[in-house]
Amino acid sequence: MKATTRTVTTDLSSTTRDGLGASPRRPDGTLKVTGEFAYSSDLWMEGMLWGATLRSPHPHARILGIDITEALKLPGVEAVLTHEDVPGEKRYGLEFQDQPVLAFDKVRYKGEAVAVVAADHPETARRAMERIRVDYEVLPPVSDSLRAAHDPEYPLVHEEGTLPVHEEYHQRGNRVRHQPIRTGDFVGVAESGEGQQEVLERLRARADAVVETEYEVGMQDQAFLGPESGMAVPAEDGGVDLYVATQWLHVDQKQIGPALGLPQDKVRLTLAGVGGAFGAREDLSMQIHACMLALRTGKPVKFVYNREESFYGHVHRHPAKMRFEHGARADGTLLYATLEIVVDGGAYASATPAVVGVASSLGIGPYEVPNVLVDAYGVYTTNPPCGAMRGFGAVQACFGYESQMDKLAEKLGMHPVELRVRNAMSQGSRIITGQEIDMPLPMAEMLERCRDLPMPVERTALEDPADQRTLPGGVAGTTRGEGVVRGVGYGVGLKNLCFSEGFDDYSTARVRMEIVAGEPVVLVHTAAAEVGQGLVTVKGQIARTELGVEKVAIAPSDTQVGSAGSSSASRQSYMTGGAVKMACEAVRESVFALARERGIIPESVPDAELSLTGGKVVSRSAGALVSLADLLGDSASGGTVVEETREHHHRPTEMLDPTLGQGASHTQFGMCVHRAVVDVDVDLGLVKVVALDAVQDVGKVLHPQQLAGQIQGGSAQGLGLALMEEIQVKDSEIRNPSFTDYLIPTILDMPPMRIDVLEHPDPHAPYGLRGAGEPPTLSSTPAIVAAVRDATKRPLTHAPVRPEDIVGIDL
Amino acid sequence: MRVSFNVNGEDVTADNVWPGESLLYVLRERLGLPGSKNACEQGECGSCTVYFDGVTACSCMIAAGQAEGREVRTVESLAEGSGKGGDRALGTVQEAFVEAGAVQCGFCTPGLLVQTDDLLERTVGAGGQAPGDAEIREALAGNLCRCTGYEKIIDAVHLAAARRAEAAGSSS
Repeated sequence: MKATTRTVTTDLSSTTRDGLGASPRRPDGTLKVTGEFAYSSDLWMEGMLWGATLRSPHPHARILGIDITEALKLPGVEAVLTHEDVPGEKRYGLEFQDQPVLAFDKVRYKGEAVAVVAADHPETARRAMERIRVDYEVLPPVSDSLRAAHDPEYPLVHEEGTLPVHEEYHQRGNRVRHQPIRTGDFVGVAESGEGQQEVLERLRARADAVVETEYEVGMQDQAFLGPESGMAVPAEDGGVDLYVATQWLHVDQKQIGPALGLPQDKVRLTLAGVGGAFGAREDLSMQIHACMLALRTGKPVKFVYNREESFYGHVHRHPAKMRFEHGARADGTLLYATLEIVVDGGAYASATPAVVGVASSLGIGPYEVPNVLVDAYGVYTTNPPCGAMRGFGAVQACFGYESQMDKLAEKLGMHPVELRVRNAMSQGSRIITGQEIDMPLPMAEMLERCRDLPMPVERTALEDPADQRTLPGGVAGTTRGEGVVRGVGYGVGLKNLCFSEGFDDYSTARVRMEIVAGEPVVLVHTAAAEVGQGLVTVKGQIARTELGVEKVAIAPSDTQVGSAGSSSASRQSYMTGGAVKMACEAVRESVFALARERGIIPESVPDAELSLTGGKVVSRSAGALVSLADLLGDSASGGTVVEETREHHHRPTEMLDPTLGQGASHTQFGMCVHRAVVDVDVDLGLVKVVALDAVQDVGKVLHPQQLAGQIQGGSAQGLGLALMEEIQVKDSEIRNPSFTDYLIPTILDMPPMRIDVLEHPDPHAPYGLRGAGEPPTLSSTPAIVAAVRDATKRPLTHAPVRPEDIVGIDL
Repeated sequence: MRVSFNVNGEDVTADNVWPGESLLYVLRERLGLPGSKNACEQGECGSCTVYFDGVTACSCMIAAGQAEGREVRTVESLAEGSGKGGDRALGTVQEAFVEAGAVQCGFCTPGLLVQTDDLLERTVGAGGQAPGDAEIREALAGNLCRCTGYEKIIDAVHLAAARRAEAAGSSS
């Protein structure tokens, strides 16, 4: 991987092996390749029961009665529970407590949990569920997100008075949140109506080119491979121990405790092996259900969803409907932009308010625009609930604003990169919320670098042009090259990193140093969820670099240490990495203090001259002063153990104001630029992505290999959204809940991906780093669609692009 | 019902098997071999790939009864040497996957390892050429990975192929 190194805020010149900047092996890698790594679905205990969930077959219905008598009679069934058995709070939720643990009165989406069963075999549990009788009065679905946003006559998904009220979100009818943003001439302009039209007419008159388009982004699934699963084990103290795959142990604990009517200390969570997450594990799935059954039966209860159930068992990416208008001068300078975006949150709020916060504040993208009007809405419908997925809110908007940039460039006769460079933000720019970008943002340079990367070989120049594997349609043999057109497209996206809008998503780390068998050993303990991204590796690298010790162990993540916040929003290297760094610094200071106490450090030597290097306390002027082994002594023979716990908070952020949408709501910004090259079979509507190259600024590279994995993996999910991934929802019902019908990219669909990494440090972040996981997922989708548009000259306003869109058939 | 077959060179018997169980379920829940993964249980993702009488197959699609008298090899067989767990050295393919960064969440990894092992057996292992990108992509097309974008997996396969070819060269 090519990496450009810039000035770095922190000196990482430490020579400790496998420290920051190197690419050491994942500490969980060996177990993962031998098959011994214990994922949440691999857990097993003697005498355990299998849990199963009865789900609503209707998207919208009143529950008239539930009869579990016949199910309980089945031999092997040990418990059947409904909403009546929920010991504490009947509803839970990430932001709004609006989702029933088990449905009562009404079901609001197809697949909503109604009852749970524990039995001696999964098949017994399945048969028991068949014997539960639920009497439904079916209601018409409330499935149109635009009507949910705007039509006061549309039926309510949640009855009046049943929801918590957040004044600042402008909740009304089915609206979960409405966030307006107004700048320039649009300040004071209402949501709709004549005033808005007047301002628009004036701006249009001043513009040399105007483009107005409606776009849609389909509902994407995170499609992690490890299904929702875990095991709850009843404890002797009346509490419960839960082993589960999640993204944030403490937020699960915070929701589970009240539902069970138990104090936090009686609900203890340990992270089981996580088979991918991508946002889908931010919300609870089987957690409360398993705990309820375990507490009721007094036995361990294991849940494992199958793939179909998984499609119903977690939230998806919000589908979005967007209407953009951009006006520009003849030289490409943007004059104004407007956006109405409606994101469909489905039956329960989940992360919808935060998604609206991102979609609005980043809705116009990283472009200087003096006059902006944004209205972003998140709504309730009876569609599948939507919440977090990699890049949430920003992914949807990015597809829209990047498509607009291409359309504008075409209208003005400019190269798409030239138009973007002309309007590019940079350090010191203010995004549309008035927030200053107070960190490097070399957007113009990134665009130009991406444009100048070497192009893939022309298809006609290929050695064997008839190799089917290189053509759209692949080995299906649908073309020998006839009807195949090449296209090139660009995309750039701006993503907020860490939590926004006043949320203090701190992280905690406990670091312990001791001498074992004559050698210094460090143990790092956090509650952070390793979901595949490689945080376990990075935590070890930080400890090695900061403490100059090679032997570092990573303790299992659990709730015995303070919260680490969520493994989402690209935030763990920043937040938990920062916490580990702080705890290591505290350990180091304690070690220095101890050495001073013992008179080992000359008084003339200040702490700033000291470091821990090679297992020794080293002074820059006087050299090695003492080995850690001598200073601390073997812990087994009463030596000193140094342990420090620290919380790492990022700088505070603000809520967007509810009228003009102004405020410094974001912690950090990340950016990625993509160039996609595609071959399109314009007769059949098939696409082969030939190359997908990226330029990303990550501030500081901690682990080059894992970083590449994040960028390539994020790009792949963006490719999926560009070309194939959409949960088909009709009348609020999912039509394709399987990997047979919901397609994610295979190795055949992915092109080679070149990566160019820049390192402009963010002065506010530990090591100057920037979260890296999400930005590539933003820009890859519009780049690929732009390339297909370039090849086909079709408008392509829907992501994913469907074959019929390419061929031009209206189905 | 009772099902007896050979797993990783050992004769095993599972009792009280419900006829609707898959080979995958029997391996994971009855024989203590959870290495093969249950990602889709629809034969679409390849995470449960095992050798079934020497041919790679999705063990979720094989009824437990079909395994009677057969020979099954799982990811647990890929480490070198005898014994279980930490005592054994990683096999060439396993080693290459860790080294190349092809493992993130790792849920797809066991299936990919078995499929890669098979590809290398058929190519460099049979005295042939190391597979090129196109051949690797074709061979692994039935194994879904959601984390990596596959680039590091391709790197890992090249690395393993080179090492296996080297080992074959030095032993001949």
